[in-house]
Amino acid sequence: MIPYPFTYHRAQSVKEAETLLARWPDAKLLAGGHSLIPAMKLRLSNPSELIDISGVPELSYIREREGGIAIGAMTTHSEVMDSDLVRRHIPALASLVSEIGDPAVRHMGTIGGSVANNDPAADYPAAILGLDATIATNRRSIPADNFFTGMFSTALEEGEIVTEISLPAPKRSGYAKFANPASRYAMVGVFVSETRTGIRVAVTGAGSCVFRMPEMETALAKSFAPEAVASIPISADRLNSDIHGSAEYRAHLVSVMAKRAVAAAIENRA
Amino acid sequence: MTAVTLTVNAQQQSADVEDRTLLVHFLRDTLRLTGTHIGCDTSQCGACVVLLNGRAVKSCTVFAVQASGADVTTIEGVAKRGELHPVQEAFRDHHGLQCGFCTPGMIMTAIDMIRRKPKLDRNTIRQELEGNLCRCTGYHNIVSAIEAAAKEMARAAP
Repeated sequence: MIPYPFTYHRAQSVKEAETLLARWPDAKLLAGGHSLIPAMKLRLSNPSELIDISGVPELSYIREREGGIAIGAMTTHSEVMDSDLVRRHIPALASLVSEIGDPAVRHMGTIGGSVANNDPAADYPAAILGLDATIATNRRSIPADNFFTGMFSTALEEGEIVTEISLPAPKRSGYAKFANPASRYAMVGVFVSETRTGIRVAVTGAGSCVFRMPEMETALAKSFAPEAVASIPISADRLNSDIHGSAEYRAHLVSVMAKRAVAAAIENRA
Repeated sequence: MTAVTLTVNAQQQSADVEDRTLLVHFLRDTLRLTGTHIGCDTSQCGACVVLLNGRAVKSCTVFAVQASGADVTTIEGVAKRGELHPVQEAFRDHHGLQCGFCTPGMIMTAIDMIRRKPKLDRNTIRQELEGNLCRCTGYHNIVSAIEAAAKEMARAAP
């Protein structure tokens, strides 16, 4: 499968990417390319210009910051899952990333690409929202609660480039995913964390965009145990219904994955 | 058209390519290195896996222009001085192939896997093969071959 023709540009810095974006406002940024290139091959996406930022050195790092972790937007999945810092501070994140795609995909895919794409069945958005992370761009900082706005859509504006994701280290956190047996995308994935500011529960795969479950958060604040979320009714309204599973099935999976995520969080703390 | 220059199997190669040329097409059609296969063409099957700067990637999901300046190793580049790579040897010894279509990708994935995890158990090997499909379903012997190759390589270079 061959994409439509386009012109390729390689940026060496964020500054250069900004200049290129200003010159070609319709250009697409290319990160790891493992969502964009397949879409281009299927001719679902037809950018006239591609600006490759995957090799920008200033966007690739994992650092400790204020008791949490800051990850450069072009850091690959394999770098995140193998990072001692990530494993030490947020083991649930390392484990979530180890379930994305396969080893070859993880060598190319990036955290910034995943959050900017905001695929409704992607894993990363669950962790970003579930950990109350902040997304930094070349212009501003956006809290995760305001970042994911809908199916494949985000708060990013034209010309805006994701530069960093900063994740506060939680007291404990866990992720459980029911993977589609063929694609390994999340049919439903639930990320649970106990942070300094409270409990967060984020669900991916079930709806058109990652979302939080306030009822579960309240219940877990009273008792952080799998049983606390077991009896919370999940409405199938507005959940995805497709050849892989009905909305009712996904509603059931949200309960089951939430229980498993809480159990994983309890285990991770030890 | 863009001029790309990259090292493929330790040889420098230059060519003018359309920007939309995928790395797998550059390898197969421009360089005539047809050992790298196109299976699903949708980043699922792993028949097109090559090493890009030492790491396994799916060459159907990378543009040739992205690889400009990089170091690429394909199945044609793993045997040295007429001797099969230990992973190739192990695939032969353990009958790790039936029709052979997935084999180049399996071997490149195995080389990458052994580099990252020199000590491999069968369960880990199966997990690591997540992105490589064998339609003959000959996984059992593929796992045995990779397990044996990892042991042999650890023995040869402890």
